[in-house]
Parts: sequence; structure tokens; C-alpha cells
Amino acid sequence: MKKEQLIAKLKPIIEPYVQDEEAFKNLSEDTDFVKDLQINSANLVDIILDIEDEFDIRLENEDMEQMLDVKSAMNIVTSKFKN
Amino acid sequence: MKNRVVITGMGVVAPNGVGIAQFTEALKNGASGISFHPQLKELNFSCQIGGTPTITDELQSNYFTQLQLRGFNSSGILYGCIAGIDAWKDAGFDMNPESQLDYDSGLIFGTGTSGVEKFREAIYKLDDGDVRRLGSTVVLQTMSSGISAYLSGMLGLGNQVTTNSSACTTGTEAVLMGYDRIAHGKAKRMLVGSCSDHGPYVWGGFDAMRVMTYKHNDEPEKGSRPMSARASGFVPGSGAGAMVLESLESATKRGATIYAEVLGGEINSGGQRQGGTLTAPNPEAVQRCITNALKNSSMSPDEIDAINGHLTATSKDTLEIENWTKALGRSGEDFPFINSTKSLIGHCLAAAGSIECIASVIQINEQFIAPSINCEDFHDDIKELISISKVPTQSLNYNVDVVAKASFGFGDVNACVLFKRFIP
Repeated sequence: MKKEQLIAKLKPIIEPYVQDEEAFKNLSEDTDFVKDLQINSANLVDIILDIEDEFDIRLENEDMEQMLDVKSAMNIVTSKFKN
Repeated sequence: MKNRVVITGMGVVAPNGVGIAQFTEALKNGASGISFHPQLKELNFSCQIGGTPTITDELQSNYFTQLQLRGFNSSGILYGCIAGIDAWKDAGFDMNPESQLDYDSGLIFGTGTSGVEKFREAIYKLDDGDVRRLGSTVVLQTMSSGISAYLSGMLGLGNQVTTNSSACTTGTEAVLMGYDRIAHGKAKRMLVGSCSDHGPYVWGGFDAMRVMTYKHNDEPEKGSRPMSARASGFVPGSGAGAMVLESLESATKRGATIYAEVLGGEINSGGQRQGGTLTAPNPEAVQRCITNALKNSSMSPDEIDAINGHLTATSKDTLEIENWTKALGRSGEDFPFINSTKSLIGHCLAAAGSIECIASVIQINEQFIAPSINCEDFHDDIKELISISKVPTQSLNYNVDVVAKASFGFGDVNACVLFKRFIP
């Protein structure tokens, strides 16, 4: 999957949890979930479950710890596909 | 010198009316909120009727954000937030996520148990070994203090924020706890109330105890029969009630509308002694609770115009009336008016006290005694104690100055509060 495609798939998953709409409009690989999008850190686990459902993958605790921004989310999803 | 405490805001989510205007109409008309619940029949309940407030998705979205509603499945928190926010706005405050934190306003909002359906969802996942997939929403919706956590965040309250729990006494106890806090100068305003989930997972245990009626499944509105010769158990209900208590000084300074004054009251327990058990009250403790409530409010028994009873439609109704007659030293024609809001909405369990306190204050504010329905066949033993004329079955215009409201709960716990028409 291309980067753009992946971001396009991640955006609607992240959207319901976003507290800063402006930052969401400008979402890029460097966007941080908590710092930029003002997502409540408790909701990060919900985003991870939604990603699991969308991509039919399973994310481990170690993956979750790293998944703090769009780039790391993309990397982890991509690595799961390779495996 | 204690601060005087007044009520400056009210909100209610009851089976026969959501919002103060609807609920007031229902009280005046003696409108029942009890209906047949097919789900209870499917689950082989003996009692297949109950009281559940009607909340549309549209109404819900006026109180909760889409994010808050994701994975939301706690009817008690839903009802409690609606009642609490309504009361807060009614008192002249707003709900604004950017509002300044208010250290002078707190919240005591009780419940019996929280989010039982959410808990059920979680248990199914857990038992499948899927704890990792519970998501973030289970704890906040199933912890008892979920309701106070939700509400305090929505309103930005910075004084004491807590949840009390004392079975069916909960709502009335919350009012008295909030009253104490303001009377003693620890807060200027307290949002007080209680809420209860609806549905089989809350009501099932009571059905199994055979304390709910199974004789009126084909005539739901006739099912809740406090003080009736044919009373055969309570009808389960659900919902929430909330009021903003405020020091008279603060209310006057703000120019707030004052619905009534809270004179005070008493909370005690019968300790499961002298006839008291886990499920039955110790009569001496009940009488003492009422007597002390009067004393703490500097009221004499003959000043009580009306009683909003606990009166659930079990065999204990007669004992309750007897306790009132003894505690007040008034009986027969000399007894105050008395009604049971449960005749209209069933027994809303942890929410009962707060909804019924709201009903009490509405009767003061609008100067009427609400009908107690389904007691046209007045119980013979109760007739021996008080005159049937003291239990209106039609709405009665009356100059109501003082109402005593009592609630009693499993665990042999009691609470009695006195409300008075506000006179500066």
C-alpha cells in the first residue's frame, strides 16, 4: 500500500477522537496524536483497536507503546503486512 | 450559625416525563410511566412491567458529544447527566468546556451500580480471553463514581466531587450531604442527585427475591399500587433527579430563582437490630430519623403539610404509615397529606430519592398535592391509621408550605429531608 493510501485509510479511523480540527486538516506523517491532535491519551487504545479491525491485524503491547504519531502508526501497520 | 440553603435549579429524567415541565404535567395529571417490557417476558421475569424514561437520540446529542457516545452503554450515566446538566442550566449556569474551574461548586451524585450493560459486554469479552479489546470506556462507565466523573468534567466543578451509595436512600441522602456541605460553609453550590440504570440486569435480582409484582403484566399502569389492598410488590423503574443547592447568600447575590428552601433532615441506620434486617427497617430507627429531621429543621410535627413517602407497594407500606403516625404524633384526620410518587413511576431504586425530592419541591413550588394513583382500594390496615382523605387520588390545589420526604433502603438505612416554601 502506498503512503498516501495508508494515510487516507488512517484518517477516518483517527477523526472521531480528534480534539483539534485545524491540526487534523493539516494531518501529515509528522502529526503527533496527543500533542497535535489533542487526542485524550486514554483514546489511543481505542484507535489501536479500530486499526486492528480495519486492517485485520493484531497489534501487541510493544506496538502500542510506539504508536504515538501518524508515522509510527504507518510503520507498524506496514510491518504487520510484511509479516 | 449555619448557612440557609435553597434550591435554585432542578432537572429530572423520569419514566413519566423528561424535564421539569413534562414531569410537572405528569404529576398533576397522575400520568403513569409504567409500561410492558417484552424483553422481561423473553427473559422469563415474573414481573414484566417497568418504568423507563424516553430519551431520543436527538435529545441525547444535546448533552453528549459524538466522541462521548462512542461505545457508550450506561443508561444511568445518560439519565444522570441529562438531569444534572438541566439542573445546572436551570440555576443559570452554562455547560461550556472552556469554562473557568469553579472551586465553590461541587457535586454529590449517587447511584447503586453503574453501567451494568456495559459491564456485561466487558464480561463476555473477558471470558473469551479478549481483555485487550475492551477499549478505554469500560472503567469510566462501570465505576460507581462514573456519573460524578462525567458530570463534573462537563460542568467544570472544583469543590467536592463524589458519588454516594445507600440503596434506595441514595438520592435523598445526596440532598442532605450537599445541604450539610453548604450549611457548614464548605461550598457555595452543590449539584446533588442520583441515577439508576434500567433493564433486566439491574432488576433481575429483585425479581428473584419476589419483591416485584407479577400480577399486573397485562395492565402495566395499574401495577404500581402503594397503599392498595392489592399491593403485591413494587414495579421497577429507572431515571435520575438532580437539584442545585445553594447558600441563600450566593443565590440572593446572583438574583437566582429560588424554588424552595432545604430546612435540613436526618440520616441514620437501624443497624439491622430490633426488627431491622438487610431488607426490613428497624421501626424505632425510622421514627427516630423522622423525629430528628424535624428537630434539625426546627419544625414541629403540626407544621408538615404533606409527606412524600417511600411507599413502594410492598407489605411494608403499612409499617411505614405507622412509623409516620408515631413519629409525628398525628393520625386519622389529623395526619398530613401523603402520596407516593412511585405509584406513577415505579421504584426507581437509587434514583427514587432524588426524583421524589424533585416531586416534593414541585408540589411546593406549584402549590398542589399530586395524586397517588392505584389506591382506590385503600388497604384496611392503613385505614386504621390515617384517613383515606389524606391520600389524594386526584390532583389537589393546596397551600403546601412544608413537605417531608423520606427514603428507606436495603441495609436498614434511612433518610428524611424537609423542604419549605421559600420565604425571605
